[in-house]
Amino acid sequence: MTRVACVVLVAAFALGARVHGQQRAGGAPQPPRSPRAAAPIDLTGYWVSIVTQDWRWRMVTPGKGDYQGIQMTPEARKIADSWDPAKDEAAGEQCRSYGAPALMSVPGRLHITWQDDNTLKVEMDTGMQTRLLQFGSPQPSSNASRSWQGISVAQWQTPRPTVPLLLRPAARSSETAPVRPTGGSLRVVTTNLRAGYLRKNGVPYSENAVLTEYWDLSKLADGDQWLTITTQVDDPQYLRGPRLVAPLFKKEPNNARWDPTPCSARW
Amino acid sequence: MKKSFASTRLSLATLIAWLMLTPPASAQVDLTGTWARVGQSDNGYSREPVDLLGMPLSADGRAKAVSYDIAALSVTERQCQMYPPVYALVGPFPLQISMEPDPVTQRLLAVKIAGWGDRAETMIWMDGRPHPSKYAPHSHSGFTTGAWEGDTLTAVTTHFKMGDIKRHRGFSSDRATMTYRFYRHGDMLTVTGILEDPVYLAEPYVLTEIFRLTTNPNSFPLTACEPIEELPHLHEHPEIVPHYLPGKHPAMNEVTQRYNIPLEAVLGGPETMYPEYRRKLKDTYTPPPPQPPGRGGGAQ
Repeated sequence: MTRVACVVLVAAFALGARVHGQQRAGGAPQPPRSPRAAAPIDLTGYWVSIVTQDWRWRMVTPGKGDYQGIQMTPEARKIADSWDPAKDEAAGEQCRSYGAPALMSVPGRLHITWQDDNTLKVEMDTGMQTRLLQFGSPQPSSNASRSWQGISVAQWQTPRPTVPLLLRPAARSSETAPVRPTGGSLRVVTTNLRAGYLRKNGVPYSENAVLTEYWDLSKLADGDQWLTITTQVDDPQYLRGPRLVAPLFKKEPNNARWDPTPCSARW
Repeated sequence: MKKSFASTRLSLATLIAWLMLTPPASAQVDLTGTWARVGQSDNGYSREPVDLLGMPLSADGRAKAVSYDIAALSVTERQCQMYPPVYALVGPFPLQISMEPDPVTQRLLAVKIAGWGDRAETMIWMDGRPHPSKYAPHSHSGFTTGAWEGDTLTAVTTHFKMGDIKRHRGFSSDRATMTYRFYRHGDMLTVTGILEDPVYLAEPYVLTEIFRLTTNPNSFPLTACEPIEELPHLHEHPEIVPHYLPGKHPAMNEVTQRYNIPLEAVLGGPETMYPEYRRKLKDTYTPPPPQPPGRGGGAQ
């Protein structure tokens, strides 16, 4: 029992020394950094859609009834079969296919900036839409007004700070410098949506749809940067299962090709 | 008995102490398991034999694609040919991933993606070994090294043989390079694949696919391929090399006829991947007639 207590005591002392060392190295405890200051990846800048997938449904308006790849409920199919862009135009709802669940798959360009320390602003030139990704915001109340882009709650996801690698001799040395993991991704959950279309030809999502996204960056050796947005749409009313796609963007050096165009119900 | 209990407690306490003393190492996520393909994009699907939509083919890549006759795969010596690495993203199978430790040091030696029918296994070497000389022999799976970047696994494959990259539509050459990024988010694994090829591509061909962790993969086992007599005339005339002469592919206009998409777009090219191309089509494109009831609305 004495030996057990001794070992635990040594461990506690070692842990305390480590924590003490970290505090000493960093000085007095600092207030938490803002999401902007704590960003593990830099998403700001101009990005262009690269349409190598689902070209036939994204680059042109598919024909009525072409729902290939989307697991729709019978109710959704009924609605899609009655799609009439003229009616949408008459109702002033040309932006139905530019809502958040579909927007990142619309060919166009993104301009991402920090609106303030807690809000990432994502503008899309096609359809002239703006998404606000708010960090640390509470879930919206049920009576908040609905919109095409809804309310998006953002959260950085960073690698765990320590993962012991057992049986790795180098890791046993007290002189081994700690490896500080880098990178991370952005998780965004969007609700309070106005009902719209997942696909231009009238495939619907309801106002109760929940959009969950993970934004991940790739930096290649040649300097190119790619943004992958893993996108999940849950909508039990109109989808038989989650809608899962991962649109791609490539970083551009400037705004030379930024070309705002309004929503269109037909194109 | 009492002594044994005390010994166990001592071992546990020692382990806890050792873990506390272990300095942080690079962060990693566990990718092991069977990941079922979600398959909601058109990566592995195309009804028409000439459908190069969104593929950034070079002129040589386009010429190669439209001269290809799928009957080439029925030639005896090609029936058991494996597909190139990009098949991991466009094929119909799940990804079965395991970690291969060094048997002595237990360090991570490689991440293995199991083979499947017509796809060779991929060993992603994690021990820092270099890629071989460019003159080294090429295989269907190629040579792959990997590294962790935070919680993301990045892998680069070289030294793989020429093969078709999207279900018999378009090819990668033996000078191509494939870069993978594996992003795990809960039970979801997103793989971004970046294929670069100085021969058949004018720009990188980038694809994504989403997989879900499953405990019930229901996947077909890997079986050894055995050539058979698939097409009698090829068996009787082994001198035949199935192909189409330039401009003679019988399915060249199928996509245009079915979906009103101009042939220029159907034949791919880097410009067709960008939003500007959409504007180029705006004044000439008209949607096709409504699809008959019952088409679509399901998984591909």
